[in-house]
Amino acid sequence: MSYATVVPEFVLRQSFIELDARARAQSLMDAGSWRELVGPFDRIQSPWLPMQDIAPESDDGCIVLKGAIAGKPAVVIALEGKFQAGSMGEVSGAKMTAALDLAAKDSQNGKATTAVLLLETGGVRLQEANLGLAVIAEVMASMLALREHAPVITVIAGTVGCFGGMAIAAALSSYILMTREARLGLNGPEVIEQESGIEEFDSSDHALIWAINGGEQRVGMGVADELVLDDAPTIAAALRRCLTTGLPQVHRSQQVKLYRDRIAALDTLQQIDPFSLRKSWKKETEEGVTR
Amino acid sequence: MEQLKFDYPSAKRRVAKRAHIGVVGSGDMEVLMEPADTGFAHVSVLTSVNGFGNSWKAVLDRFFSKYDGAVRIEINDAGATPGSVMLRLEQAVEVIES
Repeated sequence: MSYATVVPEFVLRQSFIELDARARAQSLMDAGSWRELVGPFDRIQSPWLPMQDIAPESDDGCIVLKGAIAGKPAVVIALEGKFQAGSMGEVSGAKMTAALDLAAKDSQNGKATTAVLLLETGGVRLQEANLGLAVIAEVMASMLALREHAPVITVIAGTVGCFGGMAIAAALSSYILMTREARLGLNGPEVIEQESGIEEFDSSDHALIWAINGGEQRVGMGVADELVLDDAPTIAAALRRCLTTGLPQVHRSQQVKLYRDRIAALDTLQQIDPFSLRKSWKKETEEGVTR
Repeated sequence: MEQLKFDYPSAKRRVAKRAHIGVVGSGDMEVLMEPADTGFAHVSVLTSVNGFGNSWKAVLDRFFSKYDGAVRIEINDAGATPGSVMLRLEQAVEVIES
């Protein structure tokens, strides 16, 4: 006697979150099209971490793959969230900036090269202090230069999320894709709790944090573009759609007046809740005011 | 942080490939394994956890009791357990010998 086996869809998923940064990058590129730039055996690693008794990583937690997505030239730059919380140091930042600049140079020479940033990061690597701050400024400048010619697409999958200076960098992207598990925010919940008290923000209250920083809310309020399932082929397909669409007519970060007006219109005498914010901001998105 | 170095003169078989496995995340490590130009095996460990030299030696002795490749191994460690260390080494060998 045989029984029909029902395999739930989620069992068949190929979790993207569970992949390390290198495998994530590889899973998004056309098979066989990519090569790694400044890989582990080039031994370009942080000189600052060993001085502070911290084991470095041979790629400094930043993996750069050059190749193609949907047949179009692309570079995927992935931060490894498990190494020092994906923090940006001198070396990882320099790798990211150089990769973006090479893409911009190729684009200027007629070979439009899309950059995909896989961001799992708490922002500046505190052990590298000012150097970390400086590289994030450089990353932002390079993103702005590249997006004149080709899309810069950010994917935030989780579970680290994207915080600090790199959240500002993410906001400069042409498109942001997020999973429901991912978070995007300026100050991390633990930082806010530490600075302003648990009454202000309880970092152990996951429902609260995901209601504010989570992927569903960020897409819901229109500051990220697409909510994607934690499934490598699904994320790769969403990415290919962005590449096919090409550059947006207007980048979100260019809409300064719109966002200033929105913030000015908020009634701060009352507690603003995530849902009403989503309702009022998404409404404008649906009417085509923002993308 | 502690730096440990080991040599295994009996591991002399030439290998042609190299492998990179693992992430320097909490409880894990990365290993870079490549052909050694000296003709025998060398291991260099950089670990953030001090005082476990004997454990490292025991794991590596055991590894090289079975493996004879003339490899140069570099490990960056963030507190991998002996079991995880052996697993990462075996994964690297799988890549090199495939």
